[in-house]
Amino acid sequence: MNMVLPQKTPDARVEKIIKLAVMAVGGQGGGVLTGWIEAMARAEGYVSQATSVAGVAQRTGATIYYVEMAPKGALDPVFALAPAAGDVDVLIAAEMMEVGRAVMRGFVTPDRTTLIGSTHRALAVSEKMAPGDGIADADEVRAAAEIAAQHLILADMEGLAVGQGSVISASLFGALAGSGALPFPREAYEAAIRAGGKGVEPSLRAFAVGFDAAQGKLPETPQAPEEEVAPFRLVGPEKLQAEWATLVARADRLPEPVHDLALAGLAKVVNFQDCAYGALYLDRLDTVLARDDAAHDWALSAAAAKYIANAMAYDDIIRVADLKTRAPRLSHIRHEMRAGDENLLQLTEYFHPRAEEIAGLMPARLGAKVEASETWMCRLNRWFDKGRRLRTDRLPAFLMLHFLGGLKGYRLRTHRHALEVAHLEDWLRRCLAEVETDYALAVELVKCRRLIKGYSDTHARGLGKFDRVMDAADLLRGRDDAADWIARLREAALQDADGKALDGAIATVRSFV
Amino acid sequence: MAERSFKAEVEHLRKGDGDVFTGEGILAITKALLENGVGYVGGYQGAPISHLMDVLADAEELMGELGVRFEANASEAAAAAMLAASVHYPIRGAVTFKGPVGVNVASDALANLSSSGVTGGALVIVGEDYGEGSSIMQERSHGFAMKSQFWMLDPRPNLPSITKAVKDGFELSEASNTPVMLMVRIRSCHVTGSFETRDNQRPPLTVAEAAANPQSDFNRVVLPPMSYLHEKDKIENRWPAAEKFIRDNKLNEFFGPEKAPLGIVVQGGMYNSVIRALQRLGLADIHGQTEVPLYVLNVTYPLLKDEFDDFCAGKEHVLVVEEGQPDHIEQQLGSYLYKLDRRVKLHGKDVLPMAGEYTGQVLLDGLTAFLKIAAPEMLPGAVRAPNAEAPAIPDLTQTVPIRPPGFCTGCPERPIFAAMKLTEQELGKHQITGDIGCHLFGCLPPFEIGGSTMGYGLGPASNAAFDGGGDKRVISILGDGGFWHNGLSTSIGNMVFNKSDSVAVIVDNYYSAATGGQDVMSSRAHNDTKSTNNPISKALKGVGVEWVRQIDRTYDVGKLREVLREALTTDYKGPKVIVASSECMLNKQRREKPKRNQAIRDGRRMEVPRFGVDADVCTGDHACIRLSGCPSLSLKRLDDPLRDDPVAHIDQTCVGCGNCGEVADTAVLCPSFYQADVVHNPTKFERWRAEKTGQIIRWLQDRRDAKRLRNEGVAT
Repeated sequence: MNMVLPQKTPDARVEKIIKLAVMAVGGQGGGVLTGWIEAMARAEGYVSQATSVAGVAQRTGATIYYVEMAPKGALDPVFALAPAAGDVDVLIAAEMMEVGRAVMRGFVTPDRTTLIGSTHRALAVSEKMAPGDGIADADEVRAAAEIAAQHLILADMEGLAVGQGSVISASLFGALAGSGALPFPREAYEAAIRAGGKGVEPSLRAFAVGFDAAQGKLPETPQAPEEEVAPFRLVGPEKLQAEWATLVARADRLPEPVHDLALAGLAKVVNFQDCAYGALYLDRLDTVLARDDAAHDWALSAAAAKYIANAMAYDDIIRVADLKTRAPRLSHIRHEMRAGDENLLQLTEYFHPRAEEIAGLMPARLGAKVEASETWMCRLNRWFDKGRRLRTDRLPAFLMLHFLGGLKGYRLRTHRHALEVAHLEDWLRRCLAEVETDYALAVELVKCRRLIKGYSDTHARGLGKFDRVMDAADLLRGRDDAADWIARLREAALQDADGKALDGAIATVRSFV
Repeated sequence: MAERSFKAEVEHLRKGDGDVFTGEGILAITKALLENGVGYVGGYQGAPISHLMDVLADAEELMGELGVRFEANASEAAAAAMLAASVHYPIRGAVTFKGPVGVNVASDALANLSSSGVTGGALVIVGEDYGEGSSIMQERSHGFAMKSQFWMLDPRPNLPSITKAVKDGFELSEASNTPVMLMVRIRSCHVTGSFETRDNQRPPLTVAEAAANPQSDFNRVVLPPMSYLHEKDKIENRWPAAEKFIRDNKLNEFFGPEKAPLGIVVQGGMYNSVIRALQRLGLADIHGQTEVPLYVLNVTYPLLKDEFDDFCAGKEHVLVVEEGQPDHIEQQLGSYLYKLDRRVKLHGKDVLPMAGEYTGQVLLDGLTAFLKIAAPEMLPGAVRAPNAEAPAIPDLTQTVPIRPPGFCTGCPERPIFAAMKLTEQELGKHQITGDIGCHLFGCLPPFEIGGSTMGYGLGPASNAAFDGGGDKRVISILGDGGFWHNGLSTSIGNMVFNKSDSVAVIVDNYYSAATGGQDVMSSRAHNDTKSTNNPISKALKGVGVEWVRQIDRTYDVGKLREVLREALTTDYKGPKVIVASSECMLNKQRREKPKRNQAIRDGRRMEVPRFGVDADVCTGDHACIRLSGCPSLSLKRLDDPLRDDPVAHIDQTCVGCGNCGEVADTAVLCPSFYQADVVHNPTKFERWRAEKTGQIIRWLQDRRDAKRLRNEGVAT
């Protein structure tokens, strides 16, 4: 009865089973990749078994495919149907966060796993929804993958495949071949693609770049996009270039921590209006610099250089119309849409002006009056408030936008401009009021300008959040952690659209002041 | 037309004696049905057996040749009811649906079928949707077998075992006059492998022949007093007959040494996972030769008391590996041991978790824990005294975002939920119930519309408590699949009969889309073997819904919002139903894209739409994304030191559905969106006009550029 079963030597052949998992986002062709791997293994004299979980996970969710293989013997091996933590030889992750998920789930271990990952991102909804920057930190994933994997191959497999007119499954298959993780020659892989019979040539090209990427041979730059122009390089007639050079010379005299941002800001406002406006920008910046000093590393001025420029280059109809009718835009769109010379391009712009925009375009005093009048605003809404589809590849719509975009000479007299100037000056005044007593608080208040963005309702919501964070300064003034709290409130305001996180943060502030 | 076509694979179903079939589990099951002389098949799609329905549909021609009737049943209840053909006639029938939700729907018919008993073999192939990748609540179908007294097979997950289970199932069913449920788990449906085939068999009696010679026997009808006799018959005759068949034909299997102080009882479906854990512990070889005796339950109900007792003889510890809860098997086996007064120690949920999927790690941990108790000397040294600490891998749980399923690129349901969210912003939050189908993704971010799902076709019914109306009318969602499955009677009929003052939105995408794009009654496609093109709005009118609004382009967000507003504010008191129809984009692209590419190659004029975002105009607020969630509408960071937040960006996977533009317009978001239609093979006139327009535009641009400073870069 009470016999003892001693531990036996484990079957060495068990170690020969190759376990390979593919973690993909639904729609990435993980099934095709799995099919190739399985077919290749069989063709090479291996017994192979694949499983997958189809279902709603196909619809943009995360999904796993799993393959096991072993050299064919007299008897069939018993394979598992799902990957187990700590027991995966090759892990292919078709997206950067799926690399992270694979590591998180323990499928990548330093003793055995070759991890082949694509560094491109398919952003999850939660990352895209935040009104601020909600994109997950890929560097953290990379760092974890470097520790977890025995052999790590990371490259933009999506970009490589698309560059070859193919899809990611092919470049990943190439990377698998290039990794040498499976005991099959390159020809076996290519034969599997040929046997698959669909889109063979592009697949083979993507396979080849994936193969090279796995061996550390990345193609030069995939393909040089159109000439990138530095954001602070302006072009134009010579006479104006001379004026611009004067402004640049003035900016060049600014302290080093402020210089680059100021130059970028200068280019932005001149592009928005003209050189005189640029000079005004530098004047405004000077008032901040006068209150700032090197002891603080010019942090206040650097922040001001950025946000004054953004405030001065506000989004009005004139700016939008101008941007939409510029020449480089069209060639950029043609490139992006991959329209060749043989194709025509039809462009439809989606506009929806409201009474506020119309009133904003009026001369300052008239506009203010109209905006104050409910009757007039109703009337304007009746006339203008509807969606407009403008075909800017045709003359009527183009001419209208071209005309609007050319109203720069008049812009500084509009109601909108008056509003923006008043708002900007009030904001700067409130920020500068803190400089002597709490320098850090002043810097943080300047940065709150980030909260103002969007158009119409979104813009109004942004303004509301901006006001609430600015007002919180009154509660916090005099505390050592006032600046920290303003920074925290600003981050909270960027977390969700409705301002729930901000409500919570402000409630916290109220609880202790 | 279904998402995946098996036309090519179906040819493998013609293989005969001595051939080898290599492919997926579901195809193997179909082949086994034909080899075993099945007379009729049917079912209702749903993961993980959707593809089995697709295979059957694609194999209809072959089945026709063999005289096998295929029915794409209206629901699981209809499928189970079809097995009634095997009550009086010696015809083998098989139906398939998912478990346990399909089994829930079918349970009425299954209970009656079990009471009546069957003459021909009746097989219910259930795809048990349990564990990772499952789309439903986590329950077991096992309880249904216990309560209705039908038998449950859970074969080892390899093709020879699964196909053998089909044969065994039919024979067991006939030997015991009881329907048999063949359970296949998610992964075994899609597992690949090979098995030796046999010739397909024509059914000895076809359904056509049977219908020509009708039979009836009132003793089989579920009415008193016969129903009392059925119950007795189950216990006194059918159950013992089943046990005898299972024992005599060795349906359950034993592996490993005959004599050992310990053993493991395992559900057939868990066999491979248990072997893998034993392999990792050095207790099984690559072929599954194990040092620990295994009793593999390919039949998980009924359990054979004496067979189990024999297995336990001489053992001190026995582990039951039973996935899911309640632990029906462990309870039953424990009760056997107690009544037999055995001393053997029974383990199960003490070393394994009560709930959740038994993954590789869970089983490794569970078996290790069991062996530590039962036979610690068998464990490898590394387990008994681990000496090397595994390196610490950074915790990514806060970094890696979850990735729940969502609407596909260009999905016609997205604008419906965008319109509902805009309505919510205007009229406040409403009580909203969801239903089963892709549209249930609407309750996830970014829309968060709807807060419950009670079952297929039950969306409006689950708002019935609020039918009386009030200050704010309630809204319910229903899909076209759910509408025809159950919704027409259970939800819409319920609304009409109770004079419901609420709003139902029927999401009509022309298919049963979530299960893989199968046709339903209102599908607009022509289908040779099914009746399609039966409009939902007509059915609504037919059952007495007077307030019906049909929308034929869901992408018109403004119109949808208007209709929703009307439904929520109208003076009309009865049920208000909005039918929002646009074709599933996956199906549409599958059909249209090859045609379009061909047309372009043929030199015909073709417009290909796509959307774009002017990065300079976008302020990085992402309001558009909160009304979309489209995979092709994403973000990118600009190389501009003045910009803090990433801007919206539309990638090349955009199909130009128009939702972005419509939403930007209706919600008055921003002017960054543009639609670019690339015209292939334009006409001569178009070309001429574009050239002239271009010249004028360039002249205007040059003239202006000569007078100003400008940044030539376009934010990309």
